[in-house]
Amino acid sequence: MNWGSVGEFFAMGGYGFYVWGSYAVTFVLIAMDLASLALRWRAAGRKL
Amino acid sequence: MLSATPHTSSHGINWFKYASPQTFFPVAGALAPWFAALAAVLFAAGLYIGFFVAPTDAQQGDAYRIIFIHVPAAWMSMFIYMVMAFWAGVGLAFNTRLSGMMASALAPTGALFTFIALWSGSLWGRPTWGTWWVWDARLTSELLLLFLYFGFMALQAAIDDPRRADKAGAVLALVGVINIPIIYFSVKWWNTLHQGSSVSLKSAPTMVATMFAGMIVMAFACWMYSIAASLWRVRCIILERERRSDWVGEYLRTQK
Repeated sequence: MNWGSVGEFFAMGGYGFYVWGSYAVTFVLIAMDLASLALRWRAAGRKL
Repeated sequence: MLSATPHTSSHGINWFKYASPQTFFPVAGALAPWFAALAAVLFAAGLYIGFFVAPTDAQQGDAYRIIFIHVPAAWMSMFIYMVMAFWAGVGLAFNTRLSGMMASALAPTGALFTFIALWSGSLWGRPTWGTWWVWDARLTSELLLLFLYFGFMALQAAIDDPRRADKAGAVLALVGVINIPIIYFSVKWWNTLHQGSSVSLKSAPTMVATMFAGMIVMAFACWMYSIAASLWRVRCIILERERRSDWVGEYLRTQK
Protein backbone atom coordinates (compact mmCIF):
# COMPACT_ATOMS: atom_id res chain seq x y z
CA MET A 1 0.00 0.00 0.00
CA ASN A 2 1.46 3.32 -1.10
CA TRP A 3 -0.90 5.77 0.54
CA GLY A 4 -1.33 6.74 4.17
CA SER A 5 -4.60 8.58 3.58
CA VAL A 6 -7.17 9.43 0.91
CA GLY A 7 -5.63 12.90 0.69
CA GLU A 8 -2.23 11.42 -0.10
CA PHE A 9 -3.80 9.28 -2.79
CA PHE A 10 -5.34 12.28 -4.52
CA ALA A 11 -2.20 14.37 -4.11
CA MET A 12 -0.09 11.75 -5.97
CA GLY A 13 3.07 13.10 -4.38
CA GLY A 14 2.36 16.57 -5.78
CA TYR A 15 1.68 15.28 -9.30
CA GLY A 16 -2.09 14.95 -8.83
CA PHE A 17 -2.94 17.43 -11.60
CA TYR A 18 -0.90 15.53 -14.20
CA VAL A 19 -1.84 12.00 -13.13
CA TRP A 20 -5.55 12.66 -12.62
CA GLY A 21 -5.66 14.91 -15.67
CA SER A 22 -4.52 11.92 -17.75
CA TYR A 23 -6.89 9.43 -16.17
CA ALA A 24 -9.93 11.74 -16.09
CA VAL A 25 -9.68 12.56 -19.80
CA THR A 26 -9.17 8.89 -20.64
CA PHE A 27 -12.22 7.93 -18.61
CA VAL A 28 -14.40 10.69 -20.10
CA LEU A 29 -13.34 9.84 -23.67
CA ILE A 30 -14.06 6.13 -23.22
CA ALA A 31 -17.46 7.02 -21.70
CA MET A 32 -18.16 9.27 -24.71
CA ASP A 33 -17.05 6.50 -27.08
CA LEU A 34 -19.51 4.09 -25.43
CA ALA A 35 -22.30 6.69 -25.42
CA SER A 36 -21.80 7.44 -29.12
CA LEU A 37 -21.87 3.70 -29.82
CA ALA A 38 -25.14 3.32 -27.89
CA LEU A 39 -26.70 6.23 -29.84
CA ARG A 40 -25.48 4.89 -33.17
CA TRP A 41 -26.76 1.43 -32.32
CA ARG A 42 -30.16 2.83 -31.48
CA ALA A 43 -30.32 4.89 -34.67
CA ALA A 44 -29.20 1.92 -36.78
CA GLY A 45 -31.85 -0.30 -35.20
CA ARG A 46 -34.75 2.03 -35.95
CA LYS A 47 -37.52 0.28 -37.77
CA LEU A 48 -37.95 1.14 -41.44
CA MET B 1 -23.10 -12.95 -51.86
CA LEU B 2 -20.41 -15.29 -50.63
CA SER B 3 -22.48 -17.02 -48.01
CA ALA B 4 -25.15 -17.94 -50.53
CA THR B 5 -23.02 -20.80 -51.82
CA PRO B 6 -21.41 -22.50 -48.86
CA HIS B 7 -19.19 -25.15 -50.38
CA THR B 8 -18.19 -28.00 -48.15
CA SER B 9 -14.51 -27.78 -47.48
CA SER B 10 -12.49 -30.82 -46.49
CA HIS B 11 -10.77 -28.65 -43.86
CA GLY B 12 -13.93 -28.25 -41.84
CA ILE B 13 -14.51 -24.54 -41.29
CA ASN B 14 -15.26 -22.48 -44.35
CA TRP B 15 -13.76 -19.12 -43.38
CA PHE B 16 -15.25 -17.28 -46.33
CA LYS B 17 -18.64 -17.88 -44.79
CA TYR B 18 -17.70 -15.36 -42.10
CA ALA B 19 -16.81 -12.80 -44.74
CA SER B 20 -20.53 -12.18 -45.18
CA PRO B 21 -21.94 -9.35 -43.03
CA GLN B 22 -25.12 -11.36 -42.50
CA THR B 23 -23.21 -14.29 -40.97
CA PHE B 24 -20.81 -12.13 -39.00
CA PHE B 25 -23.50 -9.90 -37.47
CA PRO B 26 -24.73 -12.44 -34.86
CA VAL B 27 -21.18 -13.73 -34.26
CA ALA B 28 -20.00 -10.21 -33.40
CA GLY B 29 -23.05 -9.74 -31.22
CA ALA B 30 -22.31 -12.91 -29.28
CA LEU B 31 -18.60 -12.13 -28.84
CA ALA B 32 -18.70 -8.40 -27.97
CA PRO B 33 -20.12 -8.74 -24.40
CA TRP B 34 -17.38 -11.24 -23.47
CA PHE B 35 -14.63 -8.94 -24.63
CA ALA B 36 -16.32 -6.04 -22.83
CA ALA B 37 -16.51 -8.02 -19.58
CA LEU B 38 -12.87 -9.06 -19.94
CA ALA B 39 -11.91 -5.43 -20.53
CA ALA B 40 -13.77 -4.28 -17.40
CA VAL B 41 -12.09 -6.91 -15.21
CA LEU B 42 -8.64 -6.17 -16.64
CA PHE B 43 -9.09 -2.39 -16.28
CA ALA B 44 -10.02 -2.84 -12.62
CA ALA B 45 -7.07 -5.18 -11.99
CA GLY B 46 -4.64 -2.98 -13.93
CA LEU B 47 -5.67 0.19 -12.08
CA TYR B 48 -5.42 -1.63 -8.76
CA ILE B 49 -1.88 -2.83 -9.54
CA GLY B 50 -0.94 0.57 -10.95
CA PHE B 51 -2.06 2.62 -8.00
CA PHE B 52 -1.86 0.28 -5.00
CA VAL B 53 0.73 -2.40 -5.74
CA ALA B 54 3.36 -0.71 -7.91
CA PRO B 55 5.68 1.42 -5.75
CA THR B 56 6.45 5.11 -6.16
CA ASP B 57 9.29 5.60 -8.64
CA ALA B 58 12.64 6.67 -7.20
CA GLN B 59 13.27 9.26 -9.93
CA GLN B 60 9.85 10.42 -11.10
CA GLY B 61 7.83 10.05 -7.91
CA ASP B 62 4.16 9.32 -8.62
CA ALA B 63 4.14 11.20 -11.95
CA TYR B 64 5.29 7.96 -13.59
CA ARG B 65 1.86 6.41 -12.88
CA ILE B 66 0.72 8.02 -16.14
CA ILE B 67 2.61 5.14 -17.78
CA PHE B 68 -0.27 2.73 -17.09
CA ILE B 69 -2.47 4.63 -19.50
CA HIS B 70 0.13 6.25 -21.77
CA VAL B 71 2.07 3.21 -22.98
CA PRO B 72 -0.96 0.91 -23.53
CA ALA B 73 -2.75 3.72 -25.42
CA ALA B 74 0.32 4.36 -27.57
CA TRP B 75 0.68 0.65 -28.35
CA MET B 76 -3.01 0.38 -29.27
CA SER B 77 -2.84 3.49 -31.45
CA MET B 78 -0.23 1.80 -33.66
CA PHE B 79 -1.62 -1.73 -33.46
CA ILE B 80 -5.18 -0.70 -34.36
CA TYR B 81 -3.88 1.24 -37.34
CA MET B 82 -2.12 -1.85 -38.65
CA VAL B 83 -5.22 -4.00 -38.18
CA MET B 84 -7.33 -1.30 -39.85
CA ALA B 85 -4.94 -1.09 -42.80
CA PHE B 86 -4.87 -4.89 -43.02
CA TRP B 87 -8.66 -5.15 -43.33
CA ALA B 88 -8.74 -2.20 -45.71
CA GLY B 89 -6.14 -3.97 -47.85
CA VAL B 90 -8.05 -7.27 -47.76
CA GLY B 91 -11.19 -5.40 -48.83
CA LEU B 92 -9.33 -3.78 -51.69
CA ALA B 93 -7.77 -7.05 -52.86
CA PHE B 94 -10.69 -9.47 -52.46
CA ASN B 95 -13.63 -7.05 -52.67
CA THR B 96 -15.13 -8.44 -49.45
CA ARG B 97 -17.64 -5.99 -48.02
CA LEU B 98 -17.12 -6.94 -44.39
CA SER B 99 -13.40 -6.09 -44.54
CA GLY B 100 -14.14 -2.47 -45.40
CA MET B 101 -16.76 -2.30 -42.66
CA MET B 102 -14.22 -3.66 -40.17
CA ALA B 103 -11.67 -1.03 -41.18
CA SER B 104 -14.28 1.72 -40.71
CA ALA B 105 -15.27 0.28 -37.34
CA LEU B 106 -11.68 0.35 -36.08
CA ALA B 107 -10.83 3.94 -37.02
CA PRO B 108 -12.66 5.81 -34.19
CA THR B 109 -11.19 3.51 -31.53
CA GLY B 110 -7.73 3.97 -33.01
CA ALA B 111 -8.16 7.74 -32.99
CA LEU B 112 -9.37 7.56 -29.38
CA PHE B 113 -6.22 5.78 -28.20
CA THR B 114 -3.98 8.04 -30.28
CA PHE B 115 -5.49 11.09 -28.63
CA ILE B 116 -5.17 9.51 -25.16
CA ALA B 117 -1.49 8.71 -25.86
CA LEU B 118 -0.81 12.31 -26.93
CA TRP B 119 -2.80 13.86 -24.09
CA SER B 120 -1.31 11.71 -21.32
CA GLY B 121 2.14 12.15 -22.85
CA SER B 122 1.74 15.90 -22.72
CA LEU B 123 0.69 15.77 -19.06
CA TRP B 124 3.66 13.52 -18.37
CA GLY B 125 6.12 15.66 -20.30
CA ARG B 126 5.35 18.81 -18.36
CA PRO B 127 6.59 17.61 -14.92
CA THR B 128 9.40 15.38 -16.24
CA TRP B 129 10.76 17.30 -19.26
CA GLY B 130 9.49 20.75 -18.32
CA THR B 131 7.43 21.08 -21.50
CA TRP B 132 3.94 20.09 -22.69
CA TRP B 133 5.05 19.50 -26.24
CA VAL B 134 8.16 19.28 -28.37
CA TRP B 135 8.36 18.71 -32.11
CA ASP B 136 10.59 15.67 -31.87
CA ALA B 137 10.24 12.69 -34.19
CA ARG B 138 8.23 10.49 -31.80
CA LEU B 139 5.65 13.11 -30.86
CA THR B 140 5.32 14.53 -34.38
CA SER B 141 4.83 11.11 -36.03
CA GLU B 142 2.24 10.16 -33.38
CA LEU B 143 0.39 13.42 -34.08
CA LEU B 144 0.52 12.54 -37.78
CA LEU B 145 -1.10 9.20 -36.86
CA LEU B 146 -4.01 11.07 -35.27
CA PHE B 147 -4.43 13.10 -38.47
CA LEU B 148 -4.32 9.89 -40.53
CA TYR B 149 -7.20 8.47 -38.48
CA PHE B 150 -9.15 11.75 -38.81
CA GLY B 151 -8.34 11.89 -42.54
CA PHE B 152 -9.55 8.31 -43.03
CA MET B 153 -12.83 9.01 -41.23
CA ALA B 154 -13.39 12.36 -42.97
CA LEU B 155 -12.68 10.87 -46.39
CA GLN B 156 -15.12 8.02 -45.81
CA ALA B 157 -17.76 10.39 -44.47
CA ALA B 158 -17.40 12.60 -47.56
CA ILE B 159 -18.19 9.81 -50.04
CA ASP B 160 -21.81 8.71 -50.26
CA ASP B 161 -21.33 5.33 -51.92
CA PRO B 162 -19.99 3.02 -49.17
CA ARG B 163 -18.09 0.76 -51.57
CA ARG B 164 -16.28 3.75 -53.07
CA ALA B 165 -15.69 5.14 -49.59
CA ASP B 166 -14.11 1.81 -48.61
CA LYS B 167 -11.79 1.89 -51.61
CA ALA B 168 -10.69 5.49 -51.10
CA GLY B 169 -10.21 4.93 -47.38
CA ALA B 170 -8.21 1.78 -48.04
CA VAL B 171 -5.75 3.62 -50.27
CA LEU B 172 -5.25 6.30 -47.61
CA ALA B 173 -4.91 3.70 -44.83
CA LEU B 174 -2.34 1.67 -46.79
CA VAL B 175 -0.23 4.69 -47.72
CA GLY B 176 -0.30 5.78 -44.07
CA VAL B 177 1.09 2.45 -42.85
CA ILE B 178 4.57 3.81 -43.59
CA ASN B 179 4.11 6.06 -40.55
CA ILE B 180 3.89 3.11 -38.12
CA PRO B 181 7.54 1.97 -38.29
CA ILE B 182 8.51 5.64 -38.28
CA ILE B 183 6.71 6.10 -34.94
CA TYR B 184 8.04 2.85 -33.53
CA PHE B 185 11.68 3.34 -34.47
CA SER B 186 11.74 7.14 -34.17
CA VAL B 187 13.43 6.96 -30.78
CA LYS B 188 16.23 4.91 -32.35
CA TRP B 189 16.58 6.66 -35.69
CA TRP B 190 16.56 10.21 -34.37
CA ASN B 191 17.78 11.99 -31.29
CA THR B 192 14.46 12.49 -29.51
CA LEU B 193 13.50 14.01 -26.19
CA HIS B 194 11.14 11.05 -25.87
CA GLN B 195 12.92 8.17 -24.16
CA GLY B 196 13.61 4.83 -25.81
CA SER B 197 11.58 1.71 -25.14
CA SER B 198 11.65 0.23 -21.62
CA VAL B 199 10.22 -3.01 -22.94
CA SER B 200 11.94 -5.28 -25.43
CA LEU B 201 11.48 -8.84 -26.61
CA LYS B 202 15.24 -9.41 -26.41
CA SER B 203 15.92 -8.32 -22.83
CA ALA B 204 14.21 -8.07 -19.46
CA PRO B 205 12.18 -4.90 -18.92
CA THR B 206 14.16 -2.13 -17.27
CA MET B 207 11.47 -1.47 -14.68
CA VAL B 208 10.14 -2.89 -11.42
CA ALA B 209 8.16 -6.10 -11.97
CA THR B 210 4.91 -4.75 -10.47
CA MET B 211 5.12 -1.59 -12.61
CA PHE B 212 5.62 -3.79 -15.66
CA ALA B 213 2.71 -6.03 -14.62
CA GLY B 214 0.38 -3.03 -14.24
CA MET B 215 1.33 -1.79 -17.69
CA ILE B 216 0.80 -5.19 -19.35
CA VAL B 217 -2.58 -5.76 -17.66
CA MET B 218 -3.72 -2.29 -18.76
CA ALA B 219 -2.48 -3.03 -22.29
CA PHE B 220 -4.60 -6.18 -22.39
CA ALA B 221 -7.56 -4.22 -21.00
CA CYS B 222 -7.23 -1.66 -23.81
CA TRP B 223 -6.90 -4.47 -26.32
CA MET B 224 -10.07 -6.21 -25.13
CA TYR B 225 -11.89 -2.86 -25.05
CA SER B 226 -10.86 -2.17 -28.64
CA ILE B 227 -12.16 -5.55 -29.79
CA ALA B 228 -15.48 -5.09 -27.96
CA ALA B 229 -15.97 -1.53 -29.24
CA SER B 230 -15.11 -2.38 -32.85
CA LEU B 231 -17.33 -5.46 -32.87
CA TRP B 232 -20.19 -3.37 -31.58
CA ARG B 233 -19.44 -0.60 -34.10
CA VAL B 234 -19.21 -3.02 -37.00
CA ARG B 235 -22.68 -4.27 -36.04
CA CYS B 236 -23.95 -0.69 -36.32
CA ILE B 237 -22.25 -0.31 -39.70
CA ILE B 238 -23.72 -3.61 -40.97
CA LEU B 239 -27.22 -2.49 -40.00
CA GLU B 240 -26.72 0.93 -41.57
CA ARG B 241 -25.37 -0.40 -44.86
CA GLU B 242 -27.54 -3.47 -45.26
CA ARG B 243 -30.73 -1.69 -44.26
CA ARG B 244 -32.51 -2.52 -47.47
CA SER B 245 -31.71 -6.23 -47.38
CA ASP B 246 -34.31 -8.80 -46.43
CA TRP B 247 -32.40 -10.24 -43.50
CA VAL B 248 -31.99 -6.84 -41.77
CA GLY B 249 -35.68 -6.17 -42.26
CA GLU B 250 -36.43 -9.56 -40.74
CA TYR B 251 -33.98 -8.92 -37.88
CA LEU B 252 -35.47 -5.51 -37.07
CA ARG B 253 -38.99 -6.94 -37.10
CA THR B 254 -38.06 -9.56 -34.53
CA GLN B 255 -36.43 -6.99 -32.19
CA LYS B 256 -38.43 -5.60 -29.26
